[in-house]
Amino acid sequence: MTKGKKFGMYLFLCIVSFISVFPLYWMVSAATNKSAEVVAGRLIPGGYFFENLKNLLANQNVGRALGNSFKYAIILTIISLIVSSLAGYGFEIYHDKAKDTVMSIILLAMMVPFVATMIPLFQMFSTAGWLNTTIGFILPTVSTPFLIMMFRQSARSFPHDIMEAARIDGLSEIRIFFQMFIPTMRSTYAAAMTITFMNAWNSYLWPKVIMTDSTSQTMPMVVANLTQGYVTDYGMLMLAVLICTLPTAIVFFCLQNAFAEGITGAVK
Amino acid sequence: MGKPKKMTLSRKHNFTGWVFLAPGAFLIFVMSFVPMVRALLLSFKTGVGADMKPCGIMNYTRMFQDAVFVQSIKNTFFYLIIQVPIMLIFALILASILNNKNLRFKGLFRTMIFLPCATSLVAYAVIFRSLFANNGIINLLLVNIGILDQPYSFLTHTWSARIVIIIALLWRWTGYNMVFYLSGLQNIEYSVYEAAKIDGASAVQTFFKITIPLLKPTILLTAIMSTNGTLQLFDESVNLTDGGPANASITMSHYIYNMSFKYVPNFGYAAAMSFLILVLVAVLAFLQMKVGDKRD
Repeated sequence: MTKGKKFGMYLFLCIVSFISVFPLYWMVSAATNKSAEVVAGRLIPGGYFFENLKNLLANQNVGRALGNSFKYAIILTIISLIVSSLAGYGFEIYHDKAKDTVMSIILLAMMVPFVATMIPLFQMFSTAGWLNTTIGFILPTVSTPFLIMMFRQSARSFPHDIMEAARIDGLSEIRIFFQMFIPTMRSTYAAAMTITFMNAWNSYLWPKVIMTDSTSQTMPMVVANLTQGYVTDYGMLMLAVLICTLPTAIVFFCLQNAFAEGITGAVK
Repeated sequence: MGKPKKMTLSRKHNFTGWVFLAPGAFLIFVMSFVPMVRALLLSFKTGVGADMKPCGIMNYTRMFQDAVFVQSIKNTFFYLIIQVPIMLIFALILASILNNKNLRFKGLFRTMIFLPCATSLVAYAVIFRSLFANNGIINLLLVNIGILDQPYSFLTHTWSARIVIIIALLWRWTGYNMVFYLSGLQNIEYSVYEAAKIDGASAVQTFFKITIPLLKPTILLTAIMSTNGTLQLFDESVNLTDGGPANASITMSHYIYNMSFKYVPNFGYAAAMSFLILVLVAVLAFLQMKVGDKRD
């Protein structure tokens, strides 16, 4: 490659990276500045963080929303991982014609858009008394075709000799799953965990439908609430956005490879 | 070991398999297929709340005379046709650059371009709304370097509002798709590229003759996923432009939400509109798979 071409390539990557990072940098810097300074174009972090935090806490119940979001997302992730991995394992390890047919029907559910099921789900859940509850939040997405497919793919690499040996040793099928499959598939679980947690944390349409009471609102809903109004306090708003982004950003930085594997996981 | 005993053993395992997959399969059945059928039934009814009466196909004829719904279809397809191809091509170019073995700071570039995926949809919509606000930094920049005389209200003009949504979508999802291509490219032997280089193929030729054909299944998958996602676009329309100005940037899902939970609820009509999205998703996925097959 010529020197000019090489320079052009790096320049291109730098510009794209800058565009990718700048809005997030701006968010962080705005969260620490006074709204008037943000509007004036100040791009260096300032000392107004605690003032913004005070305003934000006076305006919205951020602690409660954070607690709700963590509660919903963590419970959803744990149950989802157990249910989906059991199903994926069941489909692959004990597969036969009937189970393969069921699997292909399940895959069709991937094509069902959420808006098409949202209204009947809302009706079903309000009859069941599940509005504003954790179970109401988690049920529609606790078992997804995507995760089942992902665990089914990974179960393919689970060695059969080990299973046979375990059976001869007298281990029950469920104990083989918990004591041998789960520990071997740690990386698949990490990938599934990141993707499920992020989706749960970020979900907005379903909580907006089902969390009718302000006491059960999630963090993204609180951020959306803050934009309603005539004058925007950018410092306060961006602090809320920052708080909403931090948990997923931490997961992203700690488990970036698991996350990348998570989104592409079922494809391989 | 006798034959009968083996039979019972495998039958037992067969049953164990069903027990393992039952909770997951049952939940998908109850949470996806049952509501889907109920939505279809609901779409032939009209009324408020529990007081629903059959109305034939009235909901379906109504939606094509509903100016706002027709507008929302046009908007959604505008986002789909403009944004998805640009995003996928861009993601492909970035992935093939980052796949270069001699590139320095590869991990750093990848992380930075992938970083927008760490933000929630509501969060980035609000960030872009602030960046493009009248007193936002984009206006400040454009006025200061002399492109604009005075701040332009991006979010209250029809076309600029739509374009801001497209810019925001590109920002959020390009890195996401790039990761798919990167993982696809890792499965291509590097020697293929080396051989092409020795044969004197240019970077452009390599891209079109090797990268694209070998990544075809991944491209097809990302195209289907992006189409599916764009047809269901909601968070951005609500939090970036609030569908405005005057519904000029509203998406189908946003309008269905408004029809169900914001205005006087009309679940029958909303269900009919949501069923149209279901049909569109299915038809477009089918078409894409057909096109994907043909190029073989």
